Amino acid sequence: MDFSFLIGGEAGQGIQSTGQILAKTLAKGGFNVFASQDFESRIRGGHNFFRIRASNKPIHAISEEINLIIALNEETITRHKSELKKNGLIIHDSGESPRILHPSPSFWIPFEELAIKKAGNKIMRNTVALGATLCLIKLDLEILTNVLRRVFADKGIEVVSKNIQAALAGFNYVKEHFSGTLNPYFPAKKESQLMLANGAESVALGALASDCKFMSGYPMTPSSGILHYFAGKSVDMNVVFEHAEDEIAALNMAIGASYAGARAMTATSGGGFSLMVEALSLAGMTETPVVIVLGQRPGPATGLPTRTEQSELDFAIYAGHGFFPRAVFAPSTPEECFYLTVKAFNIADKYQIPVIVLTDQLLADSYSTSSAFDPAKIEIDRGEFLSKSDLGAIGKYTYQRHQYTSSGVSPRAIPGNPYALVVTDSDEHTQAGHITESAETRTKMVQKRLKKLKGLRKEIEVPRGYGPKEASTVLISWGSTYGAMREAVDALNTPKEKVRMIHLSEIWPFPRESLAQQLKETKEIVVIESNATGQMAHLIKAETGISATKSILKFDGRPITSTYITRNFLEEAEN
Amino acid sequence: MVTINDYEGGETAWCPGCGNFQILEALKRGLVNLKLEPHQVLFVSGIGQAGKLPHYLKSNLFNGLHGRSLPVATGAKIANHELTVIAIDGDGGGYGEGCNHLIHAIRRNINLTYLVHNNQVYGLTKGQTSPTSEKGFITKTTPEGNFLQPLNPIALAISLGATFVARGYSARISHLTKLIEEGIKHEGFALIDVLQPCVSFNRLKTYKWYNKRVYDLNEDKEYDTSDKTVAFSKAQEWGEKIPIGIIYTSEKSSYEKQISALKTAPLIKQKYSMAKMKQIIDGFVQ
Ligand SMILES: Cc1ncc(C[n+]2csc(CCOP(=O)(O)OP(=O)(O)O)c2C)c(N)n1
Ligand code: SF4
Ligand SMILES: [Mg+2]
Repeated sequence: MDFSFLIGGEAGQGIQSTGQILAKTLAKGGFNVFASQDFESRIRGGHNFFRIRASNKPIHAISEEINLIIALNEETITRHKSELKKNGLIIHDSGESPRILHPSPSFWIPFEELAIKKAGNKIMRNTVALGATLCLIKLDLEILTNVLRRVFADKGIEVVSKNIQAALAGFNYVKEHFSGTLNPYFPAKKESQLMLANGAESVALGALASDCKFMSGYPMTPSSGILHYFAGKSVDMNVVFEHAEDEIAALNMAIGASYAGARAMTATSGGGFSLMVEALSLAGMTETPVVIVLGQRPGPATGLPTRTEQSELDFAIYAGHGFFPRAVFAPSTPEECFYLTVKAFNIADKYQIPVIVLTDQLLADSYSTSSAFDPAKIEIDRGEFLSKSDLGAIGKYTYQRHQYTSSGVSPRAIPGNPYALVVTDSDEHTQAGHITESAETRTKMVQKRLKKLKGLRKEIEVPRGYGPKEASTVLISWGSTYGAMREAVDALNTPKEKVRMIHLSEIWPFPRESLAQQLKETKEIVVIESNATGQMAHLIKAETGISATKSILKFDGRPITSTYITRNFLEEAEN
Repeated sequence: MVTINDYEGGETAWCPGCGNFQILEALKRGLVNLKLEPHQVLFVSGIGQAGKLPHYLKSNLFNGLHGRSLPVATGAKIANHELTVIAIDGDGGGYGEGCNHLIHAIRRNINLTYLVHNNQVYGLTKGQTSPTSEKGFITKTTPEGNFLQPLNPIALAISLGATFVARGYSARISHLTKLIEEGIKHEGFALIDVLQPCVSFNRLKTYKWYNKRVYDLNEDKEYDTSDKTVAFSKAQEWGEKIPIGIIYTSEKSSYEKQISALKTAPLIKQKYSMAKMKQIIDGFVQ
């Protein structure tokens, strides 16, 4: 069973929350779920849609073909009917009387009329549509009503019961009036324990589970979801979110909080990250751990605010004046968003460096099921700190924040303790942290900071492989394109296995040796990425000397899909 | 007992006669008078002659970027509000490059003391016009004389409803010491603008020029620092007579007092709860 839905309507019609409820219901119904959103940068009007795919097999991406379109306006029908699968169905509430739309099979349901009649408010029309959907796919209505109960719990009992009435109305309408069949049928399953979260929520959860105590930020799509989620949990978790006056302040605040001993982070997109660059370099110079989420969207400048791209790879790796070590991670799934955010905090603390987590709109707004994130599995590594007795032993006020060590990492102390003064400077500084212009100290300090790279390189995981090891053709991807790639590789390897996939989530310091090793016997290398210039292909060439045979690129602001990959791969192969 | 000696720091790199020496002296005295020990104090400074000050005494120090002392100080104060946090900038950093941060630090009313060494010139970069330079000031970047209206930091702060607004003069060390003490004791954001002669690049605003003009506003026992209208008009006084002292105060709850995570203990001492974390994640399964 593999079934795809599309819910479409105008901005302001609640497409997103309706999509979330259906996705949750399907996850609760025991299916693996993948969902993604497509929305315009406007609050009312326009055209927004939410895609959901559910399957009893593992899935990694949305599908381009749809089984059921839930059209909350007419535009959804005209725009998407060509994506409908054979035997697919459109449910809609268009026109004044039942209308059959050709050539697609469609079924008219008076969403709005039922909402008014049965729930007393036309706002409930989306819930009517959800109830109807459950009946069409033969899933137990109770799974939906349970989700409605939880989702609307905060809004009070009346809102909950009206939503349930609306769902029931939709469900019964289909039961009474629909005579067709919608294949394949959904098996009713018992409730599952899978978790459903999107990338933004997963990053914020990773931060909270890492004991991140402070987040500062300035809203910018696609990272605002991270700020919202963290802020929303601040009272519960005893953490602080500060809405900064700009991104310059946001990163400087996070650096201040981290210097004072709190794990701290900020999240933004390319434009905001541009404003943060000077402070990024400050974190490098003062050796202050900090985590920065850079949620990519198409640029330059304001670009396409609500759409996706992988165009800040170069920027993330090279941003900042002067040289200082950093790490760059690009998680591929919501689950990896959680665990790599945890790793980002640990690496930041262990090496006292800035760590950048590269996401994008596709990942931030996509939901997928996974086993529940496990906070007990997380190890929090705060790096080297001197204890009170260590500090007492070196003598009052003689602590040196930037002491030379063989690893390049100087043990930290928290300002405010009675034994040590913690001094640091954005100017070149002595071991004690005071401003200096000494040529000798300068040379040693540069070397000290660079030394950290040796340990840092070892922290980077070997890029993940998938598919036959002996394949002479390798497809390389990074970050959020993972899911589409997995499905493309599966498709290309059916019926005969011919390609292998290598995926990079931990990108900097670049895993030169391990990638070169994996590419040794390869004849053809195809790099797939959502940008116009092939940044990853260039990076591989620069770091390993290995050239890609070709690149499959996409930069229209829409996600790379598996069919896009297979089509481009096969087309080129035929030439 | 903490003494001035506890605060003695490294060798200075300022010009002989610079007003910054006097500010340094006042700061040390103020901290000693408040019985604060060096490790209880965090200085956050920017880049400029003023920003170097904390290197010349003993305490915790984060010397950050030009104009960015306030956001770093804000983050540090939020992380550990038991620290006495003092931010320092010049007029270029504080009223130019980082002026947006000043506006919002005032709105937050976070419990910081902000000293701006106002020499009305860019000292470290060798004498360009600054946001507070007066009209007609000829510098390398204003060869025809500065024709911009100088920014009035006192009026700006009052208009934003700041809770503590003061002006000091570096040569009046004891007076400045008192202002610094009051600023530190104040529960909320305290702006202390300090008139500071730059003997190398500002030939207009000399000690002689200021000595003739400044007077202590608070000597007038009738002066009510909580009267916004009077304070605002005092903020406009500049020329023959220049008021120094506490110009405006108002009552407002500080940032730290309003954030629930900071109510029981400093943020860095709050314990992470895995049980709560599990509960939150459970919500995604339900
Ligand atoms: C982003 C940035 N821009 C410019 C500079 C160069 N710069 C250093 S100090 C300074 C101005 C100093 O003037 P002020 O802040 O008034 O301090 P003063 O030296 O007068 O005490 C400038 C422009 C810098 N360090 N960083
Ligand atoms: S240039 Fe001016 S402000 Fe700088 S140290 Fe010399 S006198 Fe002081
Ligand atoms: Mg100045």
